[in-house]
Amino acid sequence: MDSRHAIESATLTVHSAPLRKENRDDFVIAFENAAYNYGGGELLSEVSLRLAPGSFYFLTGPSGSGKTTFLKLAYAELIPTAGHVTVFDREVRSLTRDDIARTRRRIGVVHQDVQFLDHLPLTANVLLPLTVTGRRGDTQDLADLLGWVGLGHLADALPPSLSGGERQRAALARAVIMDPDVILADEPTGNVDWDMSLRLLTLLVELNRMGKTIVVATHDLNLIRQAKAQVAARVLRIAKQRIQLAGADL
Amino acid sequence: MKLPPAIAAFFDNTRHADRVVPPSGHTAWLTTFTAAAMTFLCVFALALSLATGRLASRWSDALARTATIRLSAPAEQMEVQTERVLALLATTPGVASARALDDEETRALLEPWFGPDLPVAELPLPRLIELVEGEPGYDSEGLRQRLAAEAPGAVLDDHTRWRRPLAEAAARLRLLGWLSIALIGATMAAMITLAANASLAANAQVIRVLRLIGARDSYIARAFVRRFTLRALTGAAAGAAAGLAGVLLLPRADAAGGFLTGLGFQGAGWLWPLALPPLAGAVAFAATRRAALRKLRELT
Repeated sequence: MDSRHAIESATLTVHSAPLRKENRDDFVIAFENAAYNYGGGELLSEVSLRLAPGSFYFLTGPSGSGKTTFLKLAYAELIPTAGHVTVFDREVRSLTRDDIARTRRRIGVVHQDVQFLDHLPLTANVLLPLTVTGRRGDTQDLADLLGWVGLGHLADALPPSLSGGERQRAALARAVIMDPDVILADEPTGNVDWDMSLRLLTLLVELNRMGKTIVVATHDLNLIRQAKAQVAARVLRIAKQRIQLAGADL
Repeated sequence: MKLPPAIAAFFDNTRHADRVVPPSGHTAWLTTFTAAAMTFLCVFALALSLATGRLASRWSDALARTATIRLSAPAEQMEVQTERVLALLATTPGVASARALDDEETRALLEPWFGPDLPVAELPLPRLIELVEGEPGYDSEGLRQRLAAEAPGAVLDDHTRWRRPLAEAAARLRLLGWLSIALIGATMAAMITLAANASLAANAQVIRVLRLIGARDSYIARAFVRRFTLRALTGAAAGAAAGLAGVLLLPRADAAGGFLTGLGFQGAGWLWPLALPPLAGAVAFAATRRAALRKLRELT
């Protein structure tokens, strides 16, 4: 076995019984023997793990291994075909459509192919999570947020005019404006150069230091190594439909 | 009065839900045009319905259980025959009253066709006798037979018998007018539903983004509902204005013009078309909301 990809344990945690109430405070999202099947065989199988509050995870694996599916299960875009996924103490099958909407307000999501409302300027797009809940954003807070992600000078720009890195940072700003508990990033550095990758990583690390739970799906091992120098990140690897905790020698 | 939440949210400008829907697209002009065209047609259907309603009322009023006997006889026998018919009518069960029209009344009846200077006395005109039916009515066939026996030149013109079907036809025409309005409304709802569905499909990315950031289905639906309702209101207002202008341009009603020139609005009837834009807005609101919520349920 390649020591660089040594598997620390077969699975993080295996729960044969339903999660007990008294244990639910120590996680924000939990998978319990969860599986997902798109119709042609299981893509993910027997996934059991808990994402602790304030933790930082990298999720790696080859293309098509199920990283995006895992993230979609985590924010209730998909319902597991077997097992259970619990988000903020609620099993996703028990969530109504409105419950799912409310849950997503506590989870910021950043995709590689991030999408915006192209007819609205950047500020309106970043404020959108507040707008849909009937809240108004504070002008100074918004300016600070855009400045934090380095987009203060593009406040009035329309999304199609933004570069790949700018779009990713805008998506990050949109993801954090609701002060979510969890941030899920799916290949956030996939379309940007190394300098921009480091900049995005720095922003994610800062968010983690604020207490946010961060999960970053990526196959960029250099980025993971860089992150581990800054934060106590754990690395999850998807292999053979299962999620395993990868070794510390990445 | 407390409005239902869905309607109250529609009027809540602070949320600007419809801003999240891109303002352009073929569904925009399609909805506006459909609402305008349908409301334009609706104005004329309304005018037709109201006009036929007036006509039915007028004809019904005219059915005052009257009839006319037209008496033709040589001039020297006219008075004798007239007296005979009046005497016969006086003894006919079901006839409340009867009287012969004098020359002035006859001239007034003929004036629209022959002018005011008609020499009635010099023309071989029949004598007209008006009778008013009692309750219960008379036996018209029996009366005809008695007239044929005692005054061979007398003909009973029972106009209630031909006016009744005309009044019934007018009433049915009015019903058809209302049915047309209902069909136009249903067609508008169907077309706006199609446009809303097309818009929802075309804006799948918008819906994905909104869902990702935690928007509830009711918010997303409201965004589309508000946009389509406002478009329908705008189109309907234009259609109603054009329809009213069209009705105004119709020839004015007069006695010679009859039914066709009476096609329009009278008095408070002019207020009816003003109700059409809000009605179109309500139709668009209901149709879009139903389509949006159903489409959103289909989308996972």
